[in-house]
Amino acid sequence: MATDGTVRPSLAGAEVVSASLARHRFRPLEGLVWLAMLAGYWLWPEYRPLGSQIFIMCLFVLSLDIVVGYAGIVTLGHAAFFGVGAYTAGLTAIHLSNEPFLGLLTAAVAAGLVGILSGLIVLRTTGLTLMMLTLAIVFVLHEAANKLGSVTGGSDGLQGVTVAPILGLWSLDFFGQTAYIYTGAVLFLGWLFARILVGSPFGRSIVGIRENLVRMRAIGSPVRLRLLVVYGISATMAGIAGALLTQTTQFVSLSAITFTRSGEALIMLILGGVGRLYGAFVGAPIYMLMQDALAKYNPVFWTFWIGLMLVLTVMFARNGVLGLVDSVLAWRRRAA
Amino acid sequence: MDQILSALVSILFHGLAYGMILYVISVGLSVTMGLMGFANLAHGVFAMAGGYITVTLMNGFGIHFFLALVTACIVVALASVVLERLLYSRLYTASELDQVLFTIGIIFMASAAARYAWGPLPQRMILPESLSGQVDLGFRTFPTYRTFLIVVSGVIIAALWLGIERTRFGAQLRAAVDNRRMAEAIGINTRRLFTATFAVGSGLAALGGGLGADILAIEPAYALEYLVYFLIVVSVGGLGTVKGPFVAAVLLGVTDTTCKYLIPEFGAFFIFLAMIGLLLWRPTGLFGRA
Repeated sequence: MATDGTVRPSLAGAEVVSASLARHRFRPLEGLVWLAMLAGYWLWPEYRPLGSQIFIMCLFVLSLDIVVGYAGIVTLGHAAFFGVGAYTAGLTAIHLSNEPFLGLLTAAVAAGLVGILSGLIVLRTTGLTLMMLTLAIVFVLHEAANKLGSVTGGSDGLQGVTVAPILGLWSLDFFGQTAYIYTGAVLFLGWLFARILVGSPFGRSIVGIRENLVRMRAIGSPVRLRLLVVYGISATMAGIAGALLTQTTQFVSLSAITFTRSGEALIMLILGGVGRLYGAFVGAPIYMLMQDALAKYNPVFWTFWIGLMLVLTVMFARNGVLGLVDSVLAWRRRAA
Repeated sequence: MDQILSALVSILFHGLAYGMILYVISVGLSVTMGLMGFANLAHGVFAMAGGYITVTLMNGFGIHFFLALVTACIVVALASVVLERLLYSRLYTASELDQVLFTIGIIFMASAAARYAWGPLPQRMILPESLSGQVDLGFRTFPTYRTFLIVVSGVIIAALWLGIERTRFGAQLRAAVDNRRMAEAIGINTRRLFTATFAVGSGLAALGGGLGADILAIEPAYALEYLVYFLIVVSVGGLGTVKGPFVAAVLLGVTDTTCKYLIPEFGAFFIFLAMIGLLLWRPTGLFGRA
């Protein structure tokens, strides 16, 4: 987390300003990520379906990073919003219209609302109590989805979701071509939004709250309101990710809204690196490719390796894979 | 009327047995979290290990239930000291997020290892003769196993309270929970104190896991499955106390049993709503310090 905030005190005023502006300027390296994703479309056509699933998790983990990494709210319940988005998109497609963008919109609104409402409860607390409350909200919503079988399909899942061709042109097919581009494009917009958000004065004040709550209160920052807003924004993004899952799989299962999904997203986040936006783009692919490879190789034992990786990451690479890259770069700069 | 009363007594009895087991498993977690502020989600792993050791010793080696329980308790307590010294102690100053993910990693490894060694199915515990059947308590009969659970847990709880209220170790522990720096300043070795507490807490969890193997089924997903219950007990009861979790555990046990009996459709729903309400009313738990 230290990579994100601190400006060295030796810089003079003007330099401080230009340095902090430079930190938020777009760099060529960032374009590489997107080029790589685009290249993946042609390089590994057989992995396109998995690719779209990875993009969806990237978006979900990105939304989690805003809450956990930037605002410092350690939540175990982010899957609640993912699940609300997934179910809303499915119900919209079945009962209203199967226009995909409408599904994204309703999902975003519903998840955002649930985010604000639950935020009003959850954000009054911190630490263990906050974790328990977020966990409880996931369980309550999970049980609700499970018991309202006539609406949600209960434990059988929500079936019969159809999706109209995107922009009236491309339909989601079995080989995942359209899904790859569609989810990739939504992820790009989500990233762009998050990128601007965290660099904005609002985003900086969120980091300020994480770093020193008392001081932010003292300078008159409306702490509670800001946290609530950022929680709602993040919930909205998570809801959109859930909607994408519904649309690309044309099915909603109860697993969309479990503690396990929250936990997986947290794992992906810490593997990649917390509080740096790109953690999501590194952690989610690593986790999901590992899952894909290891589960094929040994379906019983693969969680052991995930667990071991998690323990090693926390013990030796607290800032994730990207943190490791940073350290290597810094070490080389010193050596040169 | 008689039937209602009988059902009520039965619910209370089963709820009490369930709550007692939850307490014996979770109390260590409450104390360690209160003392070191360490969010150890992997506490259930110790209970699971205790359960597996007990069942394996009984079914595989024909060792008596009581002896198997004591062995499991000691083995797990010793193993937990090694874990604490090697791994946990490095993370006391780490962020909450790091601790949570580290302990989730431990849960993953433990469940995978358990699945590998014992397979995915729940372990069946064959109770010794002396504990199967019913016992007559004068006004009506109760299942012997659950009566035994309540009695043994009662004894453990009494010993725990005596130990904390009346011994030197207990006084040091209370002092360290209240104000760790002050306790260190007057010469209490809190590191050693913590290791000892951790071992006792883990041993108790193992004991609870073995004792309750017939109520909380021993299976690879154990640590994750019941994690929520342990956490409810700890967060509702309040950190750093031994009394709070007891009240919370019995409340949870009785409420859960009542819900399963009266409104099986919405049992879990009610529990979680109640917990949300309780934590909003008292964010630090029933007996927690602000």
